[in-house]
Amino acid sequence: MLMIAWTIYVTFAGAVVLLFLPSIATRWIALTTTIAGLALDIIAFVRTPVADLAHFATIISVPWVPSLGMNYHLAVDGVTLTMVLVTGISAVSTVLFSWDVDYRQREFFFWLLLVVGGCYGVFLSADLFLLFAFYELVIVPKYFLIAIFGSTNKEYGAMKLTLYSFFGGMFVFAGILVAYVTTGSLDLNQLSQFQFSPELQSWAFPVLFIGFAVLAGIWPLHTWAPTGHVAAPTAGSMLLAGIVMKLGAYAGLRVAMNLFPEGFHMWSKWIAVLAVIGIVYGAAVALRQHDLKFVIGYSSVSHMGFVLLGLATANALGVSGAVLQMFSHGVIAALLFAVAGRMIYRRTHTRELDALSGMNLSRAMPFAAFTFVIAAAASMGIPGFSGFAAEITILIGAWKTYPIAVWITGAGMVLVAAFTLRALVKSFFGAVRAQTVSVPTDADWTEQSITLAEKCGACLLIFATLAVGLYPKILLDRIMPAVEAMRFLK
Amino acid sequence: MTTLASPTSYLELLKLASPEAVVVITALLVLAIGLTSRRATAGAGVSPSKPTTRVTDMVVARHWSSLVAAIGIVVAIAVVMLLPRDAVLFGGMFVITPLTSLFKVICLALGFFTVCLVRSEKSIRNPGEYLAIILLATVGLMLLVGSEELLMIFIGLELLGLSLYVMAAFDKADLRSAEAGLKYFLFGSTSSAFTLFGISLIYGMSGSTTLAAVSAKLASAPVQPLLATGVVMTLIGFAFKIAAAPFHLWAPDAYQGAPVISAAFIASGSKVASFVVLGRIVLIGFGPVHGNAGWHAMAAGWSPVLAVLAALSILIGNLVALAQTNLRRLLAYSAVAHAGYSLVGLVAGTRQGFSATLFYTAVYAITVVGAFGIVAVVRSGTSGDDLRNFSGLARRDPLLAGCMAVFMLSLAGIPPLAGFFGKFYLFSAALKAGGNYGLLWLVALALFGSFVSLYYYLIVLKAIFVDDPSLATSSTIDRRSSYLLQRITVAVLSAAVLLFGIMPDTLAARILAAMP
Repeated sequence: MLMIAWTIYVTFAGAVVLLFLPSIATRWIALTTTIAGLALDIIAFVRTPVADLAHFATIISVPWVPSLGMNYHLAVDGVTLTMVLVTGISAVSTVLFSWDVDYRQREFFFWLLLVVGGCYGVFLSADLFLLFAFYELVIVPKYFLIAIFGSTNKEYGAMKLTLYSFFGGMFVFAGILVAYVTTGSLDLNQLSQFQFSPELQSWAFPVLFIGFAVLAGIWPLHTWAPTGHVAAPTAGSMLLAGIVMKLGAYAGLRVAMNLFPEGFHMWSKWIAVLAVIGIVYGAAVALRQHDLKFVIGYSSVSHMGFVLLGLATANALGVSGAVLQMFSHGVIAALLFAVAGRMIYRRTHTRELDALSGMNLSRAMPFAAFTFVIAAAASMGIPGFSGFAAEITILIGAWKTYPIAVWITGAGMVLVAAFTLRALVKSFFGAVRAQTVSVPTDADWTEQSITLAEKCGACLLIFATLAVGLYPKILLDRIMPAVEAMRFLK
Repeated sequence: MTTLASPTSYLELLKLASPEAVVVITALLVLAIGLTSRRATAGAGVSPSKPTTRVTDMVVARHWSSLVAAIGIVVAIAVVMLLPRDAVLFGGMFVITPLTSLFKVICLALGFFTVCLVRSEKSIRNPGEYLAIILLATVGLMLLVGSEELLMIFIGLELLGLSLYVMAAFDKADLRSAEAGLKYFLFGSTSSAFTLFGISLIYGMSGSTTLAAVSAKLASAPVQPLLATGVVMTLIGFAFKIAAAPFHLWAPDAYQGAPVISAAFIASGSKVASFVVLGRIVLIGFGPVHGNAGWHAMAAGWSPVLAVLAALSILIGNLVALAQTNLRRLLAYSAVAHAGYSLVGLVAGTRQGFSATLFYTAVYAITVVGAFGIVAVVRSGTSGDDLRNFSGLARRDPLLAGCMAVFMLSLAGIPPLAGFFGKFYLFSAALKAGGNYGLLWLVALALFGSFVSLYYYLIVLKAIFVDDPSLATSSTIDRRSSYLLQRITVAVLSAAVLLFGIMPDTLAARILAAMP
């Protein structure tokens, strides 16, 4: 069990080491580091008995700042393990899809590994201060990733994303201070036993939860997500959609809901309302976008709405579905952004759907077309892919609590299918019009066939979504007991 | 515990005050070196055949005087550590406690780093005199930190203040430096007048100038209006010193106009010592009239006064900093905001609150010395310190850019840097002390302030990391090797900021243990 803590150390060590080595080694160090992280995750996933994952079991706890009761305390349960696994998968594929980065390469992979390491840290922390430190640590590297290496309107997108994150962080800070000052403890396991007074919970819960939910892209505080995704480089979008947005949802579950269960019950229906609006609104807006990355960006808002709806159901099935959806969306969004940002944009220098539709890309890049079809199918929730398993679990859970939400969400899913198919058809299977046959804007774009690194990255992500889609029990068996042990269900 | 009632045993006094004596002697030595080498240069200047001697003499003098000053400070630190843990002389005029020793060491260390940075300042033509004044200012810091008697505190303030005025105006040829010096002098002397007036009222009402006696008097009788006036006057005087709004107006011009190293010292050492003294005055001297700044239990006393100062500083400092395009001015307004955060711990009025304030100011001082050190190097390379002079620094000079990122992010309160822990420590102490979340309003305001502040710190980092180097006038950039000492100093300071962030207990536990 202790070895999973090494994911954090290995990643940060990799980040520091590559600063001091010649730039030829940089991407190999980044790849080795992330693969080591993923290997540790998989070993831990396979070797840990399922029964041990039912509670938030401490793996390491040493005093850090004794005078303030802070400990360096890491713990693991089924939810954590799932999130750590998706972090590892996203990280490896992100590095593979960034293989072509030449401009200020060392800095790029440094910031990238800091984000990954921070995410590992958040998922594994069992001390509130430690969790918050890792949570805030992720913000600034994202700024640099986007502002230096991004594309469309990058400085604006980066600043917006950073300020939104920090805005949420301000509420989180306040909520954590209140919990800490009231109990004098920062240990998550101790805090989740403490009985906070109901009136405290009624205001402390929304403060803390909204703070976290900003990062999860809750409507109406989601606007940073599409602009941020579009401005970000491919790796940035993949990490952002793949894991960083999950930090918010995970922390909302682990901290806000677990600490203030009564506050959660008071507010859960409002979260459900916002979640459903997010699902439908995200899908509807995605339907009208012309930039492929904006389509995917808004689809992320929609998919994260499912996560929030699952959390708001307050029953074991819905919450487990939410965790499964975090895994699933992490993989699928990474795949979608990889196709849009790396495979298409890198070669055609455009993401405009209308321009792409004349290019006959399915002939030029069959592998990209294949990947995008799979990703689109998974995103729409076709059975056999992880998206279906997760969303159906959430909807069954929601049916018990909010039947109306299920009806509205069902309509929303039609919209999801509509915009996904629209993007798929326009980008890859557009009718070749006579006047635009000669469109290839860049002289060498047809020569650049899909590289091995891209194929490996895509296969890893496709494998993950198929494996979980065909056999969701492999994750649900680990998630469900951990969720059932959480106190807000009782 | 050594207690000295009558001034018979001067030997004992000399022993306990030996760190200060060491620094004063060093100052005189450095002054002597400066004077002798200047005479040599004057002689060289007469004969036109040897123009190079003058330059080399200058450089040699600079090296020697810096070296002597640095050694003197190191010796003084060693002496502080060797002295007894506790001593009280002349009824509190001169006090040694673990806290004073710790902060004397910190002040000396700040002086040391300032001395290390002096060589980057080309505009200083008389390094001997300049270093001597830095050392005298350091003595002022030590006297301030080591006293619990109002008159002695005032003498320390004046010694420090007069040295700083000279330091601010040291670049005689520069109009802005003269303006900075004059402005700082006018505001500073006004604030001294306030403090002295406040102290005289307090003395008149309580019959004593030692903090313990003032406290006993305040506890025994209801507070008369005249005494309250005295308390408020004293606080206003200190608000000038720490640049808390609305008494901050000197800061932007002084920080921007003064020689960079002087600004660094004004922003760091002077602030740390002022907070140590202010904390002791309000907690020991004015303890009985604490009052309450909680929103549902507001009661008159010094803590609501400080709470208002803190709130105004956080708001004004952060909001005005948003509009700055000159890095030194930006740092000045951010200093106002940071004074506000630090005051939050004093408003709490608890042992933990005070130690959080001290931790925060100490870390802030380290950070700001480093930031000004980088400004000094960049300024002498690109002849300016506007934000555009920093464009593309990441590619011109990755080490300085990385260190600047550490300093700016620590000021913004981003983990794993010391500023993050410092803010958590401060705000949790304040919230704990308020009783029933009484200080939540102030903490929420401070959190909002630090949210706003991230924007302008990121603008600085955007210039450094994102913008194109060609925006800066990069033609005149000096060779890196000429700033080796400054670069090492800055790197050490940023390593310290990182260390105190990852292992805050190395400093926080020491401060907490040293609290009375």
